[in-house]
Amino acid sequence: MNLLARNARGMLLIELLSGMALTLRYMFRPAVTVNYPYEKGPLSARFRGEHVLRRYPNGEERCIACKLCEAICPALAITIEAEPRDDGSRRTTRYDIDMTKCIYCGYCQEACPVDAIVEGPNFEFAAETREELFYDKEKLLANGDRWEAEIAASLAQEAPYR
Amino acid sequence: MGNFWSGYALPTVITVGEVLAVIVPLLVAIAYFTLAERKVIALSQLRKGPNVVGPFGLLQPIADGLKLFIKETVIPSGANRIVFVAAPIVTFTLSLVAWAVIPFGVGVVIANINVGILYLFAISSLSVYGIIMAGWASNSRYAFLGALRSAAQMVSYEVSIGFVLVTVLLCAGSLNLTDIVLAQRHIWFCIPLLPMFVIFFVSGLAETNRVPFDLPEGESELVAGYFVEYSAMTFALFFLGEYGNMIMVSAMTTILFLGGWLPPIGVAPFTWIPGPVWLALKVAFVCFCFLWVRTTFPRFRYDQLMRLGWKVFLPFSLGWLVLTAGVLTAMGWVPVH
Repeated sequence: MNLLARNARGMLLIELLSGMALTLRYMFRPAVTVNYPYEKGPLSARFRGEHVLRRYPNGEERCIACKLCEAICPALAITIEAEPRDDGSRRTTRYDIDMTKCIYCGYCQEACPVDAIVEGPNFEFAAETREELFYDKEKLLANGDRWEAEIAASLAQEAPYR
Repeated sequence: MGNFWSGYALPTVITVGEVLAVIVPLLVAIAYFTLAERKVIALSQLRKGPNVVGPFGLLQPIADGLKLFIKETVIPSGANRIVFVAAPIVTFTLSLVAWAVIPFGVGVVIANINVGILYLFAISSLSVYGIIMAGWASNSRYAFLGALRSAAQMVSYEVSIGFVLVTVLLCAGSLNLTDIVLAQRHIWFCIPLLPMFVIFFVSGLAETNRVPFDLPEGESELVAGYFVEYSAMTFALFFLGEYGNMIMVSAMTTILFLGGWLPPIGVAPFTWIPGPVWLALKVAFVCFCFLWVRTTFPRFRYDQLMRLGWKVFLPFSLGWLVLTAGVLTAMGWVPVH
């Protein structure tokens, strides 16, 4: 009886037809395609994207050249040189991140004691030459001014977990 | 002088016009079939297919064609140049030539020969040459293996297609494709000959190297099997030839089993739709089934494929042929012409 049932199912192509029925059913379901770049997928507040050097609300740059980020970077992407500023405060003269070496792990933002270096939510910074991806201090600070509002909101959301 | 015009020139012009009237829509259909494939497979995978190039991706085949046109045709160094270039030409030509006998309505056919089925069968057998030429001339290990496998597969499934054709011929009583369609006035052959219909469809999949029988082409394994060494225009000709073959096999299935240009029920309002439109709808449906099968099933291993052709389809189609012949003779339904 079992042999007969198996042969009948094989002869009548029952499994094949039920597979095809499944495929047909799926053809009528709405597609899950995201119409990038007009629609984008959701991002979390912890998303690690383009690096940003932040400032205090009064405009003073946060970075105090402690070089913890340079020390912890696994890819050795950060290069820092520091000198006392004219008003005597400890500041960097050179803060470069090589975005082509960076692995976007977020260790620098975890290490920073003053939340100066942060990974923002931007991932659309593709360039046409490698040189454009060797970010220096001005570029990072400019990023900061552009993305500060969004980054501040993300940091506020993440604060309970850090 | 008058005889020259009416005897030779005018018929030539008319024939050329008929040929263009068939070939040009066919080429457009082949191009948009590639888009339809991508869209249907995407929809069954819960995604949309190409929808950026034009509205709903309708300009995608044009973009693909243009891309293939402007690419460089690379001929491998050890390849036999003449055969290498001749292979895609042979394949594409054969896939177009077969449309000479396809009837689109009563008397609406380029060449109403009395051995239409035999002609189609011969054309599909000749297609094997194109593949062997491609594999041999490529001077590449994988291309050659792919070509041999593909040729063996096509030849094996042609045997069972032959038996299915003979079964249909017994029921229709003529090799003429128009007569075969007209013999289905009362009932389409897919109903009494349902197992033959299934075997013909599956053998058609194997003939055209389509999933689940596309191991010789094996997109993820052999890259492209026998046409791996082809680029640009030569690749485009193979590609067009493959899709042209698919539409051709769909047309054969429609004519042999689904009643060709006949409406399902011979009364109004079905008869308001002209015959060629019915034929196009049915061919489109069978082509959709090709794509449907592609998106559903995994690939056959080569030995399973050959086993299916020789040890399952051949005995079964032979048995059903004998059964059909017996039933027709016993009930006195053998058609006479």
